Amino acid sequence: MSTTVQSKLDEALNGPAFEKRIRRRNFWDSVSKYGISTGGIGVIFSVLLIMFFLMYVVFPLFVPATIEKSAEYSLPGGQSEKTLYYGVDEYQSSGMRFTESGKLLGFKVDDGSTNFSETLPLNGEQISAYTVVDELKHIVAFGLTDGSVIFAQYGYDVSYPNDVRTITPKVTYPFGEEPLELADGEITHLAVKVFESEMRLAYQKKDSKSIEIKEFTKTESMLTDSITLQEEYTGSFETTNDTSWLMIDTSGRHLYVISKTGVTDFYDIADIESPTLVQHVNLLSGSEKPTVIRFLLGDYSLMIGTNLGNVYQWFPVRDKQNHFALQKIRKFSVGKSPIESIGIELARKGFAVTDKTGMFHLFHSTAERNLGEHSTGDGAAGFVTMSPRADGALVETANGRLIHIAIDNEHPDVSFSSLWSKVWYEGYEEPTYTWQSSSADSDFEPKFSLMPLTFGTIKAAVYSMLFAVPIAILAAIYTAFFMDKSTRQWVKPSVEMIEALPTVILGFLAGLWLAPYMEAHLPGFFSLLLILPIGIIAFGYIWSRLPERIRLLIPVGKRAVVMMPVVIFLGWFALQLSGPIEDLMFDGNMRHWLTASAGIDFDQRNAMVIGFAMGFALIPTIFSVTEDAIYNVPSYLVNGSLALGASGWQTLVGVVLPTASPGIFSAIMLGFGRGVGETMIVLMASGNTPLMEVNIFEGMRTLSANLAVEMAEAEVASSHYRVLFLAGLVLFIFTFIFNTLAEVVRQRMRRKYGSL
Amino acid sequence: MKDWFNKGEHWIWMSSSMVSISVVLVMGLIGMIAYKGALHFWPHAVYEYQVQHNGQIETVIGELRDYKTRDITDSQTGKERELTQYLIKIGNRDVYGIDFRWINDSDFTSGMDTLSKNAIVIERYEYGNVYGHLVSANIGGQKIVDSDVLLDEFKKQVEQSSETRDKIRSIEKYDIGAINYAIEQLRFEEKKLRLKDAFTPEEAKRIEAERAKLQARFHEYQDQTAILYKQLNASGDVTVEIAGGKTLTIPIKKVVDFWLPNNMNLMEKLGFFGHTLGNFLLDDPREANTEGGIFPAMIGTITMVLLMTILVTPMGVIAAIYMREYAKDGPLLRMVRISINNLAGVPSIVFGIFGLGFFVYILGGSIDELFYGYALPSPTFGTPGLLWAALTMALLTLPVVIVSTEEGLSRIPRSLREGGLALGATKSETIMKIVLPMATPAIMTGLILAIARAAGEVAPLMLVGVVKLAPELPVDSITPFVHLDRKFMHLGFHIYDVGFQSPNVEASQPLVYATSLLLVVIIVGLNLGAITIRNRLREKYKALD
Repeated sequence: MSTTVQSKLDEALNGPAFEKRIRRRNFWDSVSKYGISTGGIGVIFSVLLIMFFLMYVVFPLFVPATIEKSAEYSLPGGQSEKTLYYGVDEYQSSGMRFTESGKLLGFKVDDGSTNFSETLPLNGEQISAYTVVDELKHIVAFGLTDGSVIFAQYGYDVSYPNDVRTITPKVTYPFGEEPLELADGEITHLAVKVFESEMRLAYQKKDSKSIEIKEFTKTESMLTDSITLQEEYTGSFETTNDTSWLMIDTSGRHLYVISKTGVTDFYDIADIESPTLVQHVNLLSGSEKPTVIRFLLGDYSLMIGTNLGNVYQWFPVRDKQNHFALQKIRKFSVGKSPIESIGIELARKGFAVTDKTGMFHLFHSTAERNLGEHSTGDGAAGFVTMSPRADGALVETANGRLIHIAIDNEHPDVSFSSLWSKVWYEGYEEPTYTWQSSSADSDFEPKFSLMPLTFGTIKAAVYSMLFAVPIAILAAIYTAFFMDKSTRQWVKPSVEMIEALPTVILGFLAGLWLAPYMEAHLPGFFSLLLILPIGIIAFGYIWSRLPERIRLLIPVGKRAVVMMPVVIFLGWFALQLSGPIEDLMFDGNMRHWLTASAGIDFDQRNAMVIGFAMGFALIPTIFSVTEDAIYNVPSYLVNGSLALGASGWQTLVGVVLPTASPGIFSAIMLGFGRGVGETMIVLMASGNTPLMEVNIFEGMRTLSANLAVEMAEAEVASSHYRVLFLAGLVLFIFTFIFNTLAEVVRQRMRRKYGSL
Repeated sequence: MKDWFNKGEHWIWMSSSMVSISVVLVMGLIGMIAYKGALHFWPHAVYEYQVQHNGQIETVIGELRDYKTRDITDSQTGKERELTQYLIKIGNRDVYGIDFRWINDSDFTSGMDTLSKNAIVIERYEYGNVYGHLVSANIGGQKIVDSDVLLDEFKKQVEQSSETRDKIRSIEKYDIGAINYAIEQLRFEEKKLRLKDAFTPEEAKRIEAERAKLQARFHEYQDQTAILYKQLNASGDVTVEIAGGKTLTIPIKKVVDFWLPNNMNLMEKLGFFGHTLGNFLLDDPREANTEGGIFPAMIGTITMVLLMTILVTPMGVIAAIYMREYAKDGPLLRMVRISINNLAGVPSIVFGIFGLGFFVYILGGSIDELFYGYALPSPTFGTPGLLWAALTMALLTLPVVIVSTEEGLSRIPRSLREGGLALGATKSETIMKIVLPMATPAIMTGLILAIARAAGEVAPLMLVGVVKLAPELPVDSITPFVHLDRKFMHLGFHIYDVGFQSPNVEASQPLVYATSLLLVVIIVGLNLGAITIRNRLREKYKALD
């Protein structure tokens, strides 16, 4: 029989079927080996992808602009006349040159071929003054030698014959082709600002020291769509300054008369009939003289280019008494040679500068960034105009050429300093850290300071740690070291249960229940801090005086159970004290007393609410890691100490805690990391105002809550979008550092326990 | 006493109290949510108060919901005094303009506990509840005043009208919904053909014919619903006398339900509790989510979580097997392990922006360009939706599953692996047939913890697919049944939205508590399950050692 078995076995183990089976099994083995390896590596890789993706999105913020010459041709219309203005369409397909003599020359941006030609209806007069009325709408005004003013607007029509975009430039006259009669002599300087329903205008006549100001109301004719101007107010003042530049800012209330040395008279013309001199100031010092002065986008900041190659930004700043005064805000060092021309972007606070050496420079004012430069040739570079989308510029050169420059400049508005330092924004009284990412205005200056958000994040985390750390660590010490096994079995999971509670519920309770309750019982919550420890210790002491018979009923390991009703009572008692304390110390209402008498701002959703609510959410993280660390301290260390006569607590402090301290440290790190990233609680209970106040009674806005609020609305690939990703990256790095620290310390501790 | 302090006894008391505080806080919190949540379903007694208002006495009928005490300055004496205010839910929003009223205790001229006799509460589809007394009903042209028949008839009519309403809803939602879906698909087909320049007259004819067929069916259904609507409109109305003597006529078709809370005994109240609980779970939300049920939010949560589980299980398990069984141990693996551990601590909102930036905009955008070009510019997958939410959550919970699976694998004694290999099994056979089955409980624990985390997480979902109100469920009876591109509702987001974005916070609070309770029950239940499995697992391996 054994032989038959043997032969069958031989057959099974040697036959081709067996070989096949072995091959199949080996095949599947290697398939699963490589499959699992690639799968596993793929998963791990995708996990690491998160960090790289964040960096990938953030990276373009810090890339400098690329500036390239794309075309060069001789100046349309020749070099003999000076250029006053260039209009360029949104697609950079056609441009229009306004010259000194009133010629309007349309040309193709690609090759400079002329495709449009017209002359302003000057009625035989000469242009003697010129000003840009509205940069965005391309409206310009010309003062003429007979004392009249004509307004022209550059525009273009887009059509699609044969599916090819064709752009035809045109000129319109928003206030009619008839010049507006202003004065009886040649106008040498002109400034105009147009508003919704009125227009403000200032001018100076030749050989006159007087500056005239007028306000016109606009009336739109229902039938013809034309606008007629009606003079409403008029005023004038004598200027002591020799006028080189005359400018009215965006409000229509500030008038600047600037001399060729940079001496500026700042007039308040809110009331046109009685203009008042606000400030007499020299914008420059020493031998520095202005070569070009113009407004930045928004007509608020004065940009002053000088003969020494600097550009200064000045704007009026309001002081505490509500008075405005021009102040130097920042300086851009362009080069050594005189500035020839400044061109501004039409959607951002960026500007381009050309100088005598023929260099073209690109800057951004808020971010104080020098974004790059490009040489236009050997001669000086002249008049510069930026295209509406800031993706190109036209530069005239001294040798009569016009150069078209292509620019790729996606995120000039973000820089390290604009993210992390104080920035002096337009209209602000001083440099500030401000987060304000969007607004309805088109000439809005986005304020991307991450400081208030980072500060808010840390504030929220610190206040909640103040609440969580003492409770969690003391509780962990007791649970691990003193508590008996049967109690521990249910206490530990129930504390850890907090971790599982959705934070949206905690946030909801904190925002809608705790915040108003706390506001009404403020002194009660503060008295908790005093009454709880005193009450607990007093109870403990009285307990120790009780007869042994009662004392022994409750062993040390079950004290936590005894304390539960005591704690409830003390908490209730402290909150009951709220009313009497308010009556006694705070005139009956602590919240009112805080704002009125102590001068402390109070928000209902504040850091204290966050401290309680988020602190509660942090307890389990800190508790379980600490508890683990203490519980795993080798028992012979404890027994040795106890045998030498130390009390329980002495053993704990002298032996256990030093051994477990790395674990406690890592618990705190983990807790902090979690506090930094928590979103829903702060979103719902912090008020979300990006403040930078340490005050416990004020709210904050954290990085994470900010992401939750703004991310969905941010336009993809915009600066705002990328800055939000940067905020995400900051959060990521924050938590990564804390967690790694905790992990490394914990691993080292494990090794130490192993050696003990 | 000095000795007592020297021995550190006070510290022991302090530390033990901290444990008590933590436990009291958790229990208190859960208790509070449970109480306030359950209260939402309990029939509140309706009281009748006499209240002084602008020098006149008026009657207020309503439920007592809350009270608060605050300090006010007496206008006459200038002294501060305490004032207790009571929050009364007075309902009848169409008449009073508000649902709730705060009334000062000094304004009550009657007692606080006069039950309003035979008071009726009518829940409506619009304008919230009505509180008052039933006067008469007008059913089928007949006026009924006799109070004995009145309630029965009213009840019958309400049941009938809600039945009709259900029918209409089912036609509108499922039948007409399916037709709309088919028409939309036809439109896409046409667009697709046009893009390929294959839109021949024959195709046009075929599509037109199909469309006409669908239109005809659509009209058929419309006729059906028109009849049903007529029925609904003919269900009559009831007249209720509300506080202040005014009468209010309510069409029965607008009535969801009615009850007489003051006439209920305990059993009836319990029955009512179960009934409203059921409605809460199975109804659609009404009135900007502040009333009605949470059915779509529940379905949305469940679908998302299930999809996430399907995605995260293979990813987590394969990564763990690779790291434990195949990868070479070394500093690199240690670093990977630390990174994965760290990932568990990365804020969830960071996963949210990753999901939005990478999955939605980049992956979804490319999928749209490749496969759904015909639907552009309206995005199909290039917008937040179910798939991206599930994928983001899978990534978020991946560390939990990996860590837990790895731990399970590491606990399996080496001897078992060696035994398998010694008997001639290949490595993959050993892993699949011996190691993995034994590690299943650990994998399960990880998965349950992952599910619990995913169910409670809201922040990332706000970016990748959750909406306030989704017109359609993410799962339905139209192929492909699970619509990965749809936006969905979620319990956690529901809490945030109703609690913080709703115009009527007081009216919606009970609903938020109820939703919270449901969420807590689900999550605590899942966690308890995970703990039980973990404990059983430990017992099992104790036997092995």
